[in-house]
Amino acid sequence: MSTLDLDIRLARAGFTLAIRRSLPLAGLTAIIGPSGAGKTTLLRAIAGFERVEGRIRFGDEIWAEGRRFVPPHRRRVAMVFQRPSLFTHLDVAGNLAYAARRAGETAALPAMAARFGLTALLSRPVAALSGGEAQRVALARALLTRPRLLLLDEPLTALDRQSRDEVLPHLEMLRDAAGLPTLYVSHVPAEVARLATHVMTLAGGAIAGFGPVADLLPEASELLGTERGSVIAARVAGATADGLTELAFAGGTILTAEPTGLPPGGELRLFVRARDVVLARTRPERLSALNILAAEVRSLSPSGAHSAEAVLDCGGAVLRAELTQRSVAALALAPGVRCHAVVKSVALLRG
Amino acid sequence: MEDLPALWLTLRLAALVTLILLVLGTPLAYWLSRSRARIRPAIEALTAMPLVLPPTVLGFYLLLLFSPSAPLGRFWLSLTGGTLTFSFAGLVLASVLYSLPFTVQPLQAAFGQQGRAFGETAASLGAAPLDAFLTVTAPLAARGYLTAAVLTFAHTLGEFGVVLMVGGNIPGQTRLVSIAIYERVESFDYATAHRLSAILVVLAFAILLALYTLNGRRDAGRA
Repeated sequence: MSTLDLDIRLARAGFTLAIRRSLPLAGLTAIIGPSGAGKTTLLRAIAGFERVEGRIRFGDEIWAEGRRFVPPHRRRVAMVFQRPSLFTHLDVAGNLAYAARRAGETAALPAMAARFGLTALLSRPVAALSGGEAQRVALARALLTRPRLLLLDEPLTALDRQSRDEVLPHLEMLRDAAGLPTLYVSHVPAEVARLATHVMTLAGGAIAGFGPVADLLPEASELLGTERGSVIAARVAGATADGLTELAFAGGTILTAEPTGLPPGGELRLFVRARDVVLARTRPERLSALNILAAEVRSLSPSGAHSAEAVLDCGGAVLRAELTQRSVAALALAPGVRCHAVVKSVALLRG
Repeated sequence: MEDLPALWLTLRLAALVTLILLVLGTPLAYWLSRSRARIRPAIEALTAMPLVLPPTVLGFYLLLLFSPSAPLGRFWLSLTGGTLTFSFAGLVLASVLYSLPFTVQPLQAAFGQQGRAFGETAASLGAAPLDAFLTVTAPLAARGYLTAAVLTFAHTLGEFGVVLMVGGNIPGQTRLVSIAIYERVESFDYATAHRLSAILVVLAFAILLALYTLNGRRDAGRA
């Protein structure tokens, strides 16, 4: 698989971005971190809007090294910002055609417009679009350039909840269907959990962590100021006679009362909060919780003055549990110890 | 009316100067709005000089610069066979310098206000720099262009000090309306001075009215 090789340095007043990493050109990598961490600057450097020291290599093309510099319009990198930056002197069709003409993709315009639900809006002036519509136009316009890399800088942040729900499915579709590698700056854990295949955390202009979303989301959630937990990939296995949904994952089956809206076989992800996982050394009986999973303690670490986090191996899936240090001692938990994880509730992340 | 040639000459000068300045002022204004170079404030100050200098000072230096004994004047003489001083070409050149801030400042403000996002978006959509400028940055600055054109035209229409210094008062070549008015007043021909002045007042008002009406309509359209 080809990679995006970054070995760059960029100094700004009171801030230096220094990144050295190869990113796989596949899937959707979420870039998260506190404000001022350099997320946007990194995307701008990749797009060619910031001059950097060092080297940027895309597959076997060198985009920046020494005096060599491929200007933004020759990189075929599409970027969608927080504000859609639609050209207000053109209507919707004009905006789409602007991109399509320059990529020789004029014939693809109607299909792209249809894909983003824009067919009825083509002759609208962009000032008359809602926030969600405008962002859909921006996405369709970006894709019409036949980009090789898509950079999204908080494309949902400026939208209200309803518009966000309107745009999100399109981002999912992009990730799944297009095979277009995407870097996605976000500060919303739910978006990251739902969309990302990989997570890169930035802090102070440097990479703090990089890995598959399931490994990094706990860290990410903390960075984002939300709760710790685990992301688990699952698929719909069937329904029980009393109407619950059976979700199969690496460590067994989870039952949920929440409708998934997916057919059997449909894939989805679950978010399990660390607080919602209770541990028992023997399999509890006559318990109201539906989901009891066999697990093995992989590691334990203190997470507060009296609390600890246990990382569990659940048939290959990682599950995190938050418990008191007193319980760790009382249950004699240690790496390698087998136990049962009682999951009180799971949140479904569609997509 | 015997002063019609002066009026016609004035309109021709204003139109030509406006056209030249819109073309030359665009790269300068764009550079001023985008550059982080250390020399930028100096260039910005130079551009604004005609606003604060007495026109006679500017005219005096231009007269020296244009004279056939100075390099520029000599170069022009060898190129065209005529002098820059007391000629229409000299008037155009002097007016271009004198009216420069009236073109550059509205354009610079328009480009600055627009920010980099649109130009960068155009680039990310595959537009080369000149393509992006002509198809996105400039059209989105249309209002700045309108203001720049109107102010430059109106300002050139009314200039007096500079053109008197470098152009003198040659009928059909350098005799502009403002100079004609001055001359009429000097010779106590107040009736003609009135007519010419009234024409300028009405013209200036009409131009500015058109500008503000158009701008107002754009505002309403945007809201």
